[in-house]
Amino acid sequence: MSSFEPQINAASTATLGTEPIIVAKDVEKWYGNGFHVLKGVSLTVNKGEVVVLMGPSGSGKSTFIRTFNGLEPYQGGSIEIDGIAIAHDNKGIELVRREVGMVFQQFNLFPHLSVLKNITLGPIHLRGMSPSDAEELGMSLLDRVGISHQASKYPGQLSGGQQQRVAIARALAMRPKVMLFDEPTSALDPEMVREVLDVMRKLAESGMTMVCVTHEVGFAREVADRVIFLAEGHLLTDTTPDEFFNHPKDERVKKFLSQILH
Amino acid sequence: MDEFTVSRIFINLLIAAKWTVILSLIAFIGGGIVGAAITLMRISSNKWLRGISWAYIEFFQGTPLLLQLFLAFFGLSVAFGINLSPLQAATLALTGFTSAFLADIWRGSIEALPQGQWEAGSAIGFGYFKQLQLIILPQAVRLSVAPTVGFLVQVIKGTSLASIIGFTELSRAATQINNVTLQSLLIFSLAGVIYFLLCYPLSTWSQHLERKLSYKT
Ligand SMILES: Nc1ncnc2c1ncn2[C@@H]1O[C@H](COP(=O)(O)OP(=O)(O)O)[C@@H](O)[C@H]1O
Ligand SMILES: [Mg+2]
Repeated sequence: MSSFEPQINAASTATLGTEPIIVAKDVEKWYGNGFHVLKGVSLTVNKGEVVVLMGPSGSGKSTFIRTFNGLEPYQGGSIEIDGIAIAHDNKGIELVRREVGMVFQQFNLFPHLSVLKNITLGPIHLRGMSPSDAEELGMSLLDRVGISHQASKYPGQLSGGQQQRVAIARALAMRPKVMLFDEPTSALDPEMVREVLDVMRKLAESGMTMVCVTHEVGFAREVADRVIFLAEGHLLTDTTPDEFFNHPKDERVKKFLSQILH
Repeated sequence: MDEFTVSRIFINLLIAAKWTVILSLIAFIGGGIVGAAITLMRISSNKWLRGISWAYIEFFQGTPLLLQLFLAFFGLSVAFGINLSPLQAATLALTGFTSAFLADIWRGSIEALPQGQWEAGSAIGFGYFKQLQLIILPQAVRLSVAPTVGFLVQVIKGTSLASIIGFTELSRAATQINNVTLQSLLIFSLAGVIYFLLCYPLSTWSQHLERKLSYKT
């Protein structure tokens, strides 16, 4: 077990809970220009599960996970996070967002705030935490992602890998029930990918529910409970990593795998 | 007739510069407050607010300040029977003019920030105004210091146009003294020195502010 605050105790991949925490049903979304990007996508994620989402570029992966915290409104179907419905018009979305952490491809740290302040901003202003408590929490999270010695630096002074680890700590500071990752290592130089994946792996081991868009095959094989494949707005497969990588049935999955595995 | 010594000319110009300063302050304060409101309307998600603020900015940017002063003082009187004092008219026109340009500068600074900054704030759970306050404005202010101060320097010089509705500010005073003494080079050099003394501290302050607001990258 890592030292991340466990969401459920002793969540090994063998004894996953079956308590659903993300329930997306027949999600339909059109972009403003009329483009039908999600065509009835359904997905249920149980507490403590790690789901990896793969698919060709433009298949709607980012759009889909961004509906889980209302960054993208949707028009059809329903989404519930831990029992709270996300309305089509995003009413009351702030309550859901506090429970859902998100890590972006481009990190999106706040460049005008120190690393520590990036992390304490949410707890102080949204959780009503005192600055000193928030700093204590922030330092312990920085410690866990391995960069507590950089706390007073500014994001622009850190490497990409360090920035992404700060971004993970920032999301965790809200004590989310679910963490969403949108290609967290795609913008990193190859030598920094591992340090970020290691943090994600530890987080998974601690029992965090995670939905990760990533093409890191090693991570998916070792950490994921399920691999989901999205193509042109349809969810094509939802299966174990072993099935997905070693016995793919769908032609589009085979073609995709041949591209990413060379 | 009095002897026009250098020091007497200078003192007369300084007295007139009082109006330059007052009109500038009115423009800065009025323009700043109204400009902030117009900026918020301009970036709002409500299309009516966006439309109104767009029209406001287009009007004040698209017409000369001279015309705006003229309309505020004579136009309102002729068309609607609203008789404003020169000071009221100048306040109206200078506020409109300055706010429109400031709103445009500030909107530009806000929109120059990556969309990811808003998204990261949303993802944490901040509402619109908290995002503005904690994440967007601190960064936008830093971006806008230089163009804002640059524009305020233009406004100081632009107050000379208020002479059309009766203010004897610095430029007007220089012209009048010149008409009597015909010492053009001396008088306009002195006026230039005073303008410089008004504008230079702003530029220094702007550089100081930019340094203070900068963060390490
Ligand atoms: N704001 C938008 N307006 C219109 N189309 C969009 C917008 N954002 C994304 N798209 C389109 O939607 C499709 C899915 O995008 P995205 O969810 O980013 O795919 P992925 O993450 O799988 O690469 C793409 O074809 C993309 O061009
Ligand atoms: Mg994407």
